[in-house]
Amino acid sequence: MSSVFEPEVVEVMDFSKADRSTETQLSAEEKREIDAEFSHYEDKASVGLEALRIVQKHRGWISDQSLQAVSDYLDIPSAQLEGVATFFQLIFRQPVGKEVILFCKSASCWIMGCARLQARIEQKLQIAPGQTSGDGIFTLLETPCLGDCDKAPVMMVGEEMHRNLTEQSIDEIIDNKKRRHADESTD
Amino acid sequence: MLTNPLTKNIGPQNTAIDLAGYRAAGGYSGWRKALAGDPGDLVKMVQDAGLRGRGGAGFNTGLKWSFVPRGDDSPSIKYLVCNADEMEPGTFKDRLLMERDPHLLIEGMAIAAYAIEARTAYIFIRGEYHTATARLEKAIAEAREEGLLGENILGTGYSLEIHLHCSAGNYICGEETALLNALEGKRAVPRAKPPFPQVSGLWGKPTVVNNVETFCNIPHLIDLGVDWYKSLGRGEDAGTKLFGVSGKVKNPGTWELPMGTPIREIIEVHAGGMRDGLKLKGFLPGGGSTDFLGPEHLDLPMDYDAIGKSGSRMGTGTIIVLDDKTCPVGLVLNLTQFFARESCGWCTPCRDGLPWAVKILQRIENGEGRLEDIGLLQEQVRYMGPGNTFCALAPGAAEPIQSALKLFEQDFVEHIEKGCCPYL
Repeated sequence: MSSVFEPEVVEVMDFSKADRSTETQLSAEEKREIDAEFSHYEDKASVGLEALRIVQKHRGWISDQSLQAVSDYLDIPSAQLEGVATFFQLIFRQPVGKEVILFCKSASCWIMGCARLQARIEQKLQIAPGQTSGDGIFTLLETPCLGDCDKAPVMMVGEEMHRNLTEQSIDEIIDNKKRRHADESTD
Repeated sequence: MLTNPLTKNIGPQNTAIDLAGYRAAGGYSGWRKALAGDPGDLVKMVQDAGLRGRGGAGFNTGLKWSFVPRGDDSPSIKYLVCNADEMEPGTFKDRLLMERDPHLLIEGMAIAAYAIEARTAYIFIRGEYHTATARLEKAIAEAREEGLLGENILGTGYSLEIHLHCSAGNYICGEETALLNALEGKRAVPRAKPPFPQVSGLWGKPTVVNNVETFCNIPHLIDLGVDWYKSLGRGEDAGTKLFGVSGKVKNPGTWELPMGTPIREIIEVHAGGMRDGLKLKGFLPGGGSTDFLGPEHLDLPMDYDAIGKSGSRMGTGTIIVLDDKTCPVGLVLNLTQFFARESCGWCTPCRDGLPWAVKILQRIENGEGRLEDIGLLQEQVRYMGPGNTFCALAPGAAEPIQSALKLFEQDFVEHIEKGCCPYL
């Protein structure tokens, strides 16, 4: 009897290339997207996390300047917003690579041998969890269960899910990404 | 008779991802039926049907709704929240429902919101579920377009908006009061209870928080009735449930089966049994924060009370299987590392107790443990138990440790006496 859940191909978001990470003002587009969230909540302060997510989507990470710009715009103390920013693991308070690897090492993935695969990534990219590779392409993060345990071991790279991982498929995924980014930089 | 209400639209063809497909399959008839009736009657119906919360706690859903103050004297603003922050280790059911049948969740939430007289609802979804987020966003827009959500729904005078809130990681957000803090734009630390959210929840207003799968039970329950719903269960509990199996079985996966389906049937028939050369040593019946059970428990039915009486919890109903070639100490260490990392740090037994437990488990696994470490672990587990913490994270983390110490005691002792992990 087969499972009803078979994986699908997912569209991937394209990150903007220009580095705006330390701009002290929010762009018109960032403001427009944050404004759209206001009507969903009782007060402006409640939009804090959504606003950080929006700004991070445009800038790649949340610098001190970005944090200040959001706190000014929402009219909440920056210390309060910092408390939120540092609590959530998908808000990045330091620069990350173009591809963030969310590596699942929850129970099911561990049983299926994810420790060996994590060692493979660390050795291949010469980084430990929380670090970014020297070429600035990959950041490795450990994540709570990604909810695909029947296809363990799994990881996410950017917004793509990769399932039933092996050492060979990890090599392929990383090499493909490297090639793609090398092509882009020579365009 | 319909026997798979949760997954009837889910198959290789993805027949009901858009509104047209969902409607063609009979969708939103439960919503129309609900709108024609009295909200109070809906609460009673769900309560009588015996639907129990599918997020893990198993509380009667209708009873939870009934705690919300009603009538003219009650607060005019009430909220409904869907907990779609699926992160329990080994749990992979809500993702399936949201990606493959998003309108089922929207319809279930609409009925629930009407029943508790809420006019605003939120789906609190984890940030990693991009496909589910996109499909739910589209489903909400389609339903609004057709007048199934929004102002004056189908001319009844009732209005409802459903908003998506994308979170940004952290297991603790699945705890309902921590989730409410996160929705309010705060750090996701749990709140003291009472007051319970049904009385004072989001922004201090009466709020009901239910799990994705719980909501997905509602549309057919309302459409086809209490007797039909009760008849679905094979044991004490009503309805069907998504059960899953992960670990070294032949065919890991998710299946919708009647409540009360025996564990043996789920593991041996649906998941195909253990891989060749492996034996089942134990299993976590409902995700990482439930107590281990052993082969002697395989004939138990997957019912909340039956699993409860055996000393564990049905939790999320997704089984993690431990085989005889995988180190139980290593698995418990892995789980405890996860809970230690995900602790929000709000109360001491969790913030300090879990890292301490990791340290002890690590040295046992490394072969550097002492026999008195077993007693030390048991002591830590007691401190983390119910009543000593704000929320269920630490008591949940204690469950696999305390049960492993009983079920696999010999393995712990062997690690210590041999001075190494015997599974390596």
